[in-house]
Amino acid sequence: MENTPVGTSPLKTAAGKPAGFWTKLFRQRSLVYMSIPFLIWLFVFKYVPLWGWTIAFQDFKPARGLFDQQWAGLKHFEFLFQDERFLRVLRNTLAMSFINLVLGFVTAIGLALLLNEVRHIVYKRVVQTVSYLPHFISWVVAASLVQSTLSPDGTINQLLLWAGIIDKGNEILFLGIGEYFWGLFGAASVWKDVGWNTIVYLAAMTMIDPAQYEAAEIDGASRLQRIWYITLPGIKPVIIVLLIMQIGYLLEAGFEPQYLLGNGMNVDYSEVIDIFVLKYGIAQGNFSLSVAAGMFKTVVSFVLLFAANHLAKRMGEARLF
Amino acid sequence: MSAASTSKAKKTFRRYSSREDRIFDICNYTFLFILMLVTLYPFINTLAVSLNQATDSIRGGITVFPRAFTFDNYAYIFKENSVMHATMISVLRSVIGTVLTVFCSAMVAYTMSRQEYVLRKFVTIAFILTMYFNGGLIPNYLLIRELNLIGTFSVYIIPGLIGVFNLIIIRSFIDGLPESIIESARIDGAGEYTTFMRIILPLCVPVLATVALFTAVYQWNSWFDVFLYNSSYPNLSTLQYELQKILQNSNASMTSRTAADAFASSGNVHANTVTPLSIRATMTIVASVPIIMVYPFLQKYFVKGMMVGGVKG
Repeated sequence: MENTPVGTSPLKTAAGKPAGFWTKLFRQRSLVYMSIPFLIWLFVFKYVPLWGWTIAFQDFKPARGLFDQQWAGLKHFEFLFQDERFLRVLRNTLAMSFINLVLGFVTAIGLALLLNEVRHIVYKRVVQTVSYLPHFISWVVAASLVQSTLSPDGTINQLLLWAGIIDKGNEILFLGIGEYFWGLFGAASVWKDVGWNTIVYLAAMTMIDPAQYEAAEIDGASRLQRIWYITLPGIKPVIIVLLIMQIGYLLEAGFEPQYLLGNGMNVDYSEVIDIFVLKYGIAQGNFSLSVAAGMFKTVVSFVLLFAANHLAKRMGEARLF
Repeated sequence: MSAASTSKAKKTFRRYSSREDRIFDICNYTFLFILMLVTLYPFINTLAVSLNQATDSIRGGITVFPRAFTFDNYAYIFKENSVMHATMISVLRSVIGTVLTVFCSAMVAYTMSRQEYVLRKFVTIAFILTMYFNGGLIPNYLLIRELNLIGTFSVYIIPGLIGVFNLIIIRSFIDGLPESIIESARIDGAGEYTTFMRIILPLCVPVLATVALFTAVYQWNSWFDVFLYNSSYPNLSTLQYELQKILQNSNASMTSRTAADAFASSGNVHANTVTPLSIRATMTIVASVPIIMVYPFLQKYFVKGMMVGGVKG
């Protein structure tokens, strides 16, 4: 038994009595060596930080040790939900993720439908390549481009001047007007990701039976009718599943665009939960409150994600079979 | 056969295509062209500004082509030691981070794919669970601080070493390989480690290339970890973080137009003029150019990776 080579198939042990867990583990020790270091890594970097959630229930003082803290009960959560700033941050988060969800879906599906109608393969490839590009640049670069496009002497203001909508000297400081921020964020997100988001829909469209289109053409359906009655229903299952999955990310409005495009003038509309956590925690040293905010977000997201996954699976099965 | 008949059917239809059909095509092609323009214009405009004389750019009105062509802006920022150094750190973290991530992810994915491995379920679940929650910003920050990783290069590599998404796509690729390959390696006396290094790794090159691309892009684009952990260690700064600092400055000076103008024209005093506007444009181009150059050639790998992940994850 001891001489059997490492990691042999279970067939060999079947001849004798079934090998116990530890015997098997010992025999597979080279697999163990290959995975244990990463299990330790996983434990340290992904599971140990969960312990940090206790900070939300303490009056955390960084100077003291992790186990030498004053417990504070639910004080910080109570404070959080009475704090005007946190409620505003929560509103911003929900609003921006909702805008992102609706705009993201509509534009991606729309673009996918249009791309699907392009018969000229080379042209289609070029459009796809160009539209995927912004997805791969960092938000820092994207924010820089957005900022210069929206600046007083940027492209948008130049266009408005040229069209005579505004007068010289009255250029709009777009990022300085809080009320505009959600819309600008939505537009910037669409610019960055609309192309990339079409991939799933385009793939789903290739699964539609071409015979349906032929039949519709013979019956005299126009292009728009074919899109409306064949292509859209054809990708409906994919749309529904993705939509449900997105609900799981309702509190994930993003962090980088808001942080990079935010400034003192639009802060009432640009601040999201993650920025709140960063500002309270790292900058002001109020760890407990900021962990409470972060924990609230994680727990709600967790519940939403599980519910969404469950729902998507059920819907997916019902649709596929 | 059916594909051929479809294209034939489409062609015949083209001949009979109605006027409405042609109008649709014209509108569609035009719209997509405008879309490409909107997507690319900010890049082109920024490139033009970066290649234009700084003092001339202040006058505004630069669109597609530079008005007073010069490489001065590039010469200026690369004369700054910090930018050269940041470029080096960006390249280093992209290369080292990618190599380590790919190797380690492949290794874990391999152990997860061995059906007979007694810890297989445990390892898989332990990794998958982390997709659903995380400790959050502050606990992670405190952990990094406790581990003395602040102010080190390894803080860029180690905390994000293995992504669950990568594990899933590599494992599903290994699962698709014929089992007989591994069995024949066993018969030839190869242990797990040899099998992994000599058989699995070479066979997995297609999927590993995809993972490598995504990781390299992620590493190149990262700035938040630099900001959070290493902002007081200038010798560990990266290009993205340098650009972020410039952005933050211009955010602050954006409060009023006159302030921005004053800030910009203060550069005029020096003989070798640069302006915040030109520096920002130039840095933006430098920080994005590797991706813009490489991406069109590798696009299909990116899309393939996205599809595999989408199907399995």
